Amino acid sequence: MIGHDRKIWALHLGLVGVLLALHWVLPIYHHTNLARIMVLAVFAMGYNIAFGYTGLLSLGHALLFAAGMYGAGLSTHLFGWSALPALGAGLLVGVVMAAVVGALALRTKGVSFMIVTLMFAQAGYLCVLYFGSITGGDEGIVIAPASRILAGLDLSAETPRYLVAWALFGAGLLGNLALVRAPFGRVMIGMRENEDRSQLLGYDPYRTKLVVTLVSGLYAGVAGAAFALMFGYVGASFATIQYSILPMLWVLLGGAGVVLGPFIGALLMFYLIDISSSYTTANLATIGFALLAVVLFAPRGILGAVRERWLPWLP
Amino acid sequence: MEGLVTSSVLALTAVGLSLVFGVMRVVNVAHGEFFMLGAVSAWFVTQAIPGPPWVSFSVALAVCPLIVAGLAAAADRMILARLNYDPEATILATIGLLYVFQQAALSFFGPDARAVTAPFSLRLQFPWFGYSGYKLFVILAAVLILSAVWWLMQRTKAGLVMRATQMDRTTAQAFGINVNRVYSSVFALGAGLAAVAAVLIVPISQAYYLMGGEPLLLAFTVVIIGGLGSLRGTLLAALLIGLSDGIVSMFFSPTLAKIIATLLVAMVLVVRPQGLFGAKA
Repeated sequence: MIGHDRKIWALHLGLVGVLLALHWVLPIYHHTNLARIMVLAVFAMGYNIAFGYTGLLSLGHALLFAAGMYGAGLSTHLFGWSALPALGAGLLVGVVMAAVVGALALRTKGVSFMIVTLMFAQAGYLCVLYFGSITGGDEGIVIAPASRILAGLDLSAETPRYLVAWALFGAGLLGNLALVRAPFGRVMIGMRENEDRSQLLGYDPYRTKLVVTLVSGLYAGVAGAAFALMFGYVGASFATIQYSILPMLWVLLGGAGVVLGPFIGALLMFYLIDISSSYTTANLATIGFALLAVVLFAPRGILGAVRERWLPWLP
Repeated sequence: MEGLVTSSVLALTAVGLSLVFGVMRVVNVAHGEFFMLGAVSAWFVTQAIPGPPWVSFSVALAVCPLIVAGLAAAADRMILARLNYDPEATILATIGLLYVFQQAALSFFGPDARAVTAPFSLRLQFPWFGYSGYKLFVILAAVLILSAVWWLMQRTKAGLVMRATQMDRTTAQAFGINVNRVYSSVFALGAGLAAVAAVLIVPISQAYYLMGGEPLLLAFTVVIIGGLGSLRGTLLAALLIGLSDGIVSMFFSPTLAKIIATLLVAMVLVVRPQGLFGAKA
């Protein structure tokens, strides 16, 4: 991978640049969609850091996304905070939740880890319903327009919303790139490939995975908070198992362990559902068949296959 | 009584899940959907067959598990076998199946909950309280079927072959056992057991396309507490949880009870991954 620095930075900065340029080009419908996809891609990047690079197959990331969402939503709703501190609150709640879950769940491995994270996420979802008097339960909360102004930018308007989503996406993508190219990123991959050997080399698996979980929680939390503030709604449906499955599907489809994978996966899946829903209302089946197809025929995802065949330097 | 009915249905569902995990090492996330398909197909069968309820219900009880088992065997052949039963890939695949089945039920059955009439409405009346005869029948049927499963596993050649495959897949293969066929039958058997449980319970509850989530989580709970892959532990845990479910929900609201139960199960997995009754990991 050494010697490809310029290509790598050019590719990733290029994508960020193209997405900025699209702001002036796209028709309004796709403009809103893309803003949504970029925020969801940040969530998926968090998932990719845990699953794609470190091999932590979590089935409970909805918990972290919802933690950020409710962290932001409730702080505006109950305390009347404005968007900037609310975003910070969401980020913090996401990280704290990741710390709690990670500290416990990381004591298990493999299938047990998947079930434990699934159970924690389910408990989180039930908590949202149980404390319905505060969280609004199934109906959720609509965030007041006054709380949706981030440092002077009104997130309910198209232009600032897209630009904030773009900035968040850009920061997330470049942060992700820097992380996996840093020495710590190599340790993460080492844990995925051979945990015993990495431990023998002096890296503590539990500590490494806990740090990874915190970073993953940060991405998920900030994405959840931004999603809540940008689209003005917080609801229990975002805490359901489906929102643990979706980032996994995006990452698998785009390519696990590739920095650009989550974005490509989220983009494709979003438009796959968008296009298929004009023919059929069977969206669940679209998700199901996509998941089956990826697992059966493209276990490395799209960019994973591209890296294997043509671009071995893809980080 | 209510608790025993819950326990029986839970035991059937959980034993199916436990068998699949024990023999194949596959965590079948779609297990709850096989349960749901059993209930939904029971509705279709009882609608299609004329005559008194007990006739159509008996047909449903015989046919629906077979339909579901066939479906499961096909899913195993077409999907799980191709993944070489890799634990993580199969979980992802069964999640995909879950969505496909759910959507199929939603499209063909509709979003409403529908009732199936009980085959008979006998009531055993005692001087101061009464028992629903049908609930007794559910318990009895569950005990019979579970005994049959136990007999199958412990006393027949098929059971021996399954247990051999569970212990050591490669050696079993070396002794001429068609491991792939064993896996298909176990997967079908597991799904069939879930479907039987669903057909039995559907006159008491209702058929609904999202009904698979609850039994899935409960069955997971049972299997985990009983020890992954241990049949005896699974039965004990089903009894324990079915009975305590009623008692706990008297003191707490059902949602709070579920939260506590879910967290407890997660903690069991963290602290004692072999389960409360499991002997070794």
